[in-house]
Amino acid sequence: MSGTPVRGDAERFHEEWARLLSADHGIAVHPDLLNRLVARTAALLHRAQGDTPFEPRLATQAGAELVDAHFTDPVLLARAVELLQAQRLADDRGPALTGAFAAGWAAALRERTLREQEAIRTAADAARKEAERALRASEARFRALFESAAIGIGIGDTDGNIMAVNKALQELFGAGPADMIGRRVGDLVHPEDTPGVWEAYEELISGKRDYFQFDKPYYRQDGEVVWTHLTVSLIRDDDGAPQYQVAMLEDVTDRYRLQERLRHQATHDPLTGLPNRAAFFERLETLFEDPEPGARFGLCYVDLDGFKVVNDSLGHDMGDQLLSAVAARLKAALTPLGHLVARLGGDEFVVLLEQCRGEQEAVAAAKTVLRALDGPVLIGDHKLAVGASVGVLERRVSTTTPGAAVRAADLTLYRAKEAGRGRWTLFDPKENARAVSRYAVSVRMPAALDRGEFFIDYQPLYRLADGRLAAVEALVRWRHPQLGVLGPDEFVTTAEETGLIMPLGRWVLEQACGQAADWIKRFGDAAPQLNVNLAVRQARNAGLVGDLGRILDGSGLDPARLQLEITESTVVGPEDEALRTLHGLVDLGVSLAVDDFGTGWSNLAYLRDLPVSGLKIAGSFVGDLHEPGKDESTGWRIVSGLVSMAHTLGLNVTAEGVETARDAERLRTIGCDWAQGWHFGRPVRPAEIARRIVEEPKGRPIEG
Amino acid sequence: MRRPSWVPEGTDLDKPNAARVYDYYLGGSHNFEVDREMARKALALWPELPQIMRSNRAFLRRAVTFLAEQGVTRFLDIGSGIPTFGAVHEIARAIRPEAKVVYVDRDPVAVAHSRLLLEGDPASSVVQADLRDVDDLMARPEVTELLAEGEPVAVLLVAVAHFVSDDEDPCKLIGVIRDALRPGSALVLSHASLEGRPDQAEDHQKLYRMTPTPLTMRTHEQITAMFAGFDLVEPGVVYLPQWRPDQPESVGEHPERMTGVAGVGFRP
Repeated sequence: MSGTPVRGDAERFHEEWARLLSADHGIAVHPDLLNRLVARTAALLHRAQGDTPFEPRLATQAGAELVDAHFTDPVLLARAVELLQAQRLADDRGPALTGAFAAGWAAALRERTLREQEAIRTAADAARKEAERALRASEARFRALFESAAIGIGIGDTDGNIMAVNKALQELFGAGPADMIGRRVGDLVHPEDTPGVWEAYEELISGKRDYFQFDKPYYRQDGEVVWTHLTVSLIRDDDGAPQYQVAMLEDVTDRYRLQERLRHQATHDPLTGLPNRAAFFERLETLFEDPEPGARFGLCYVDLDGFKVVNDSLGHDMGDQLLSAVAARLKAALTPLGHLVARLGGDEFVVLLEQCRGEQEAVAAAKTVLRALDGPVLIGDHKLAVGASVGVLERRVSTTTPGAAVRAADLTLYRAKEAGRGRWTLFDPKENARAVSRYAVSVRMPAALDRGEFFIDYQPLYRLADGRLAAVEALVRWRHPQLGVLGPDEFVTTAEETGLIMPLGRWVLEQACGQAADWIKRFGDAAPQLNVNLAVRQARNAGLVGDLGRILDGSGLDPARLQLEITESTVVGPEDEALRTLHGLVDLGVSLAVDDFGTGWSNLAYLRDLPVSGLKIAGSFVGDLHEPGKDESTGWRIVSGLVSMAHTLGLNVTAEGVETARDAERLRTIGCDWAQGWHFGRPVRPAEIARRIVEEPKGRPIEG
Repeated sequence: MRRPSWVPEGTDLDKPNAARVYDYYLGGSHNFEVDREMARKALALWPELPQIMRSNRAFLRRAVTFLAEQGVTRFLDIGSGIPTFGAVHEIARAIRPEAKVVYVDRDPVAVAHSRLLLEGDPASSVVQADLRDVDDLMARPEVTELLAEGEPVAVLLVAVAHFVSDDEDPCKLIGVIRDALRPGSALVLSHASLEGRPDQAEDHQKLYRMTPTPLTMRTHEQITAMFAGFDLVEPGVVYLPQWRPDQPESVGEHPERMTGVAGVGFRP
């Protein structure tokens, strides 16, 4: 019997079979391939239907070929079965044929599924192995990096337990892993730790910061110190919680030692081992940086007598040995007293008393110097007698500057030399000024004005009621080529004596008025009043009023913004010709104030007749309030009396020499109007005044 | 910052993977339960996904055939995934037996699978690289060799650019590839579009956002812009079934339901 279907049926089956396969998955298959698949499977099914005997495997193969071509959708199987069953066959093989087809499809799909699952598992395995290999390689790289890094690396937990250390760190500490692992980071303190390093560490392990860097010393296992540049970083987990700390340490011991040596070399005299000139000035300047109110200091400027003779007759080598011996004696005698001995150069030494209690102590130091050099120095076969002269200076820190102090001590020393060597001489301001003028000032001063060696600093005056900048006092300075910067007290007397005060005074007025006009142009009412000192000789000059008129016109400065400061000695009696000049100045619109009140003649009767509107209480009244041995309350009563007296006369009162917030506040309570002094600012460059105008629109707090 | 390449990325078989999910849609078994779970969810939401994937696969087949007929013999298939059936080298070699193919995928499992499949085929190779790190991709020796002097190259970005977020700037990445291509080279690109099934787009993207490969569907205009510097061949950027159909009727009545759009452009 044959199962061949009716002819028309076969053609219709082929068409429907082709339509079935070209839908869905079929669209992804190339039409040529699809046509071949349709033809082949249709042929197989056709033979399965018609061949005798019935060969079910042909149908089985057709089903399998569909799966091989990735027709794996069960919907397709359902439709195919439907199509096959719809065929009218000549015998009853239909169900068996369809069953064989379905079984072929299913078996092939099962095979394919297993094959693909196997393939994807193998691929996943391969990928995982590759990832593990890469991870191992990466771990090996990181381990090598950790182990062989030239920089010391340590890892710790956030409780401060050291968990791992690399070789470089072990070498740095001269310790094995067992010595370090399990130790606590907090045990690694060193007395020379930079302040703040442990606070930074605490912040790090508590998660408040992510890293810090410091130079830090550690004790090695053998007790030696190693200096390191330390960087500690915090490692957080995925949620951001602190997990580990990683410390990286670079050995900078050599660099540190070199720096220390360079610093020692830079600050010490190689011959005597004493601090050198640079180190001495550094110490001295530190004293002036932020002095306690009333702080005093002393200087003994020491110069060997007859050292040149030793050097010239016995040779430099002998001279050097002598200097070393002198240095050793001075050091031995004075260092125990807490004083600093330095070599300034040649045969000049200096003793610095950083916290001096008074002149007696400085003089005692000078006597100690002379006593130390009393006995002869034994060098080789020579017994050398050394003597020295000492200039002694003892001052309140606030009354001078480092440069002026050393210069003054030096000049005092010369007075000791002149007075006949082997002795000490105490600083005397008058002698000092005389010495300055004698040695260097008078000769050079006339040319100095032409050479532009003078300049003006401005010291602020503050209103005590509201803390606002009220005025600035112009203070002339001389940048002397040999002596350094000189203050007015060091050359104004000479200028008066030589007559140079006239052109210098004019120059100061021109400069200061120009500057004040500029501030007013820039800052308007916020700009301060200008105070300029008027020398006695200027006030007695009839031409001053005319000069000043021209200067005011030239600068455009409102005369009301200018105040001239005169001293009590400017006017000596009611008939004084200077009085006319002063009235002329007031007529210009300029105001006058009496400066340094209380230091001179202080004739209150004349004060009443002077055309002045202000009074400045000399700095010694407030400055000396806290002097040991002086009754402070009496001092205050005097100041208070001066203030109320001035107010009675309708004068604006300025207290000079105010050094502390406490004194400023007391003065404010007393009713003093303005104040001036280190508490409010030293004389400064004009730019600093401009900065204050801008930055203190609401004034500064009086109580510091 | 990307991790330095010498720190390996792990394989994560606990998360569904786009390549294996795609295989499942296409009726393959190169997938794991996590992939099927994800695919079933997507299918529940969007039962037409298998047709869409087939349509995409058919576009790949037609585009590669077209290019091979145009004489192209070198293919760079970026985001090749798991070629369930009809891999590029098979299609191309039907016309150009000498065709060379470099397959690129970022998924280590897909790469391992392709390597197994292509073992002993000297004219094809597999590279594990990421389109988003295009400089690294273009610097791989297999890629530089393919792009070296000689024949033009067809770059395939089939159903892959929508896995690149706007932040990662797909146009810029494609621009880097384009600038490395000689004249006559081609870009084959298909991309999920927002316009085909606007009703489905948001939910579908939401589902993919939970996977390691979130999906960014884009507008027709944005997708066309990816062909900057290429001359599009007819019919331009169109819905998947509309691109050079085998027969006019195979486009079907609703090509937009296939949502993906596609095009081929040549570098002048």
